[in-house]
Amino acid sequence: MTTEVSTRASQRAALAATGASAPSGSADARATKRRRRPLVEDSRGIVSDADLRQRRVRWSMRGVHVFLSVTLVLAGLGPILWLAKAAVTPTQDTLRQPFALWPNGIDWENLSTAWNDIHIDQYFFNTIVIAAGAWAFQLLVATTGAYTLSVLRPRYAKVLGSLVLATLFIPSVVLLVPLYLTIVDPPLLGRDFSLLNNYLAVWLPMAANAFNILLVKRFFDNLPREVIEAAKTDGAGPFRLFWSIVLPMSKPILGVVSVFAIIAAWKDFLWPLLVLPDPAVQPLSVRLPAVQSQTELDVFLAALAIATIIPIAMFLIFQRVFLRSAGLGGAVKG
Amino acid sequence: MTTTPARASAPPDAESRTTGRRRRSPRTWVRGGGLTTLAFALPMILIFTIFSWWPIVRSVVMSVQETNLIDPPTFVGLDNFIAVLNDPLLGTAVVNTLYFAALALVLGFPIPILMAVLMSEVRRGKGIYSALAYLPVVVPPVVAVLLWKVFYDASPNGVFNTVLGWFGIAPQPWLQSPDMAMPSLVIEATWAAAGGSIIIYLAALLAVPAELYDAAEVDGASIWRKAWHVTLPQLRGVIFVMLILQILATAQIFLEPFLFTGGGPNNATVTVLLLIYRYAFQNSLGGNYGMATALSVMLAVFLALLSWAYFRLTNRWSTS
Repeated sequence: MTTEVSTRASQRAALAATGASAPSGSADARATKRRRRPLVEDSRGIVSDADLRQRRVRWSMRGVHVFLSVTLVLAGLGPILWLAKAAVTPTQDTLRQPFALWPNGIDWENLSTAWNDIHIDQYFFNTIVIAAGAWAFQLLVATTGAYTLSVLRPRYAKVLGSLVLATLFIPSVVLLVPLYLTIVDPPLLGRDFSLLNNYLAVWLPMAANAFNILLVKRFFDNLPREVIEAAKTDGAGPFRLFWSIVLPMSKPILGVVSVFAIIAAWKDFLWPLLVLPDPAVQPLSVRLPAVQSQTELDVFLAALAIATIIPIAMFLIFQRVFLRSAGLGGAVKG
Repeated sequence: MTTTPARASAPPDAESRTTGRRRRSPRTWVRGGGLTTLAFALPMILIFTIFSWWPIVRSVVMSVQETNLIDPPTFVGLDNFIAVLNDPLLGTAVVNTLYFAALALVLGFPIPILMAVLMSEVRRGKGIYSALAYLPVVVPPVVAVLLWKVFYDASPNGVFNTVLGWFGIAPQPWLQSPDMAMPSLVIEATWAAAGGSIIIYLAALLAVPAELYDAAEVDGASIWRKAWHVTLPQLRGVIFVMLILQILATAQIFLEPFLFTGGGPNNATVTVLLLIYRYAFQNSLGGNYGMATALSVMLAVFLALLSWAYFRLTNRWSTS
């Protein structure tokens, strides 16, 4: 029993240490999938079973549970629940008694007013378009780029790889102004052509993401070489190898990159503010601060709530991918 | 790099795949699949050239030029840098940014470590605790700031002031007083970011080999000694990296001061990045792109030197 536990723990440690480790076969992949929440499952911590037999320790652990529940519910869930409540509460109630539960009834109309009258529907749609495009371009560049660097490996792969990697060390603030001018007047396309108010201005710069390429390349590096060699022997060309062999084996990492891409696009504020000056094409993140001053508080809070629904729903559905991606980010950074 | 035919007999590993393209003649290059490879590399090369490499180079070039969108840029030497250094607001912005970074370090850095250690110790409910801790990270940052702006309402019936009232504490001015504005920003930023750090520490804690704890127990170590002599040293690498990452992130803080206070009250929350933004995009005389890039280049060089020194220092600590 104890040996089994310790080997499982060390396997897990190895898994965590390698970070973006690839499954070494489909059976293994299924086994990983079946394993429940690898990130948060029980493992050996500081407090041992022997320690737990002491009454003092047992009581302290109960204290830890209470402390964690109270702080995490208050800090993690509290503000979101308050927003949900305030979204359907009349302004005067929110201002006078922020913690009273609907002393004068629920005002469902806030939601429809926000959706229709301050055009949250349109900004919501814009946000989805931005996120979808950013997702597609990031996936395209990350997979083809990583495939070049990891599988095809031309002569120039090393130089290319280090040039891509080097951008990770450049603070993004350096890019802000020159990138903006590149969008205002893109090279080689004539003076009058501009990408302002064009969604490409958001999609394309987001695709220049070295972190994505690093993640996917590491995953491709760990794919079983025998499968790739066998496919080549059977006459699969680079395109077929990419589309029918490498991509289908890489679903886990593609999921991670997708989550990163969509969430990043949903969150982005400063860049869309700069390159999408026309309100008709702006996403929620840019419009919300802009409409605040002309909107009544209850309707505004309803708008905030609507803007939060999709990310929260995505998190609740893909919780495991999110939490694994977050841990992965640390593993790669470390 | 030699093109000897002996290469062809190399074992069938990664190297051998390039043997088809050993000769540099264009025809063999095409026949060996060079074009197809280039087709796969092209999206990455194009996107990075236009939207990453070229802007980085251009940023350095622009910092010694005067650029507006009408006339061709002219070389002005170090004028932009001198103009930035003579700006009376620069000192305020640097001090404010340092203050933000320091507060975020004191407030925001230990909390995730402590929470992660506690969360890794509980036997049940780790999943729900991680989900709860991560929830604020999922809220879009703009929504979070705008929501907290409502929380920080300075009237006695404001959300936070109501809570303070329950404990008999007088209402606070929060964002409206120069003294409290920056701490208010830091509290929100900590709330928004802590979940991500907690998950990273949690992953690191789960990777601590169980054998180390078992061995410590054989030696009769108490819980505190295990935490001090096993857990913390095992976390050291992650803590070092997270520390520099947080410093780099806080040095470029923009969203909170921009949306909460716009730099006020009385310039108490003007940060370096806000200043860059003002030079370039909020200038009544048209964007001063030269000054904006000069300040960004200075900030980037400073951060690069800082990270370099940091990694040299922590390397020495880790090996000693």
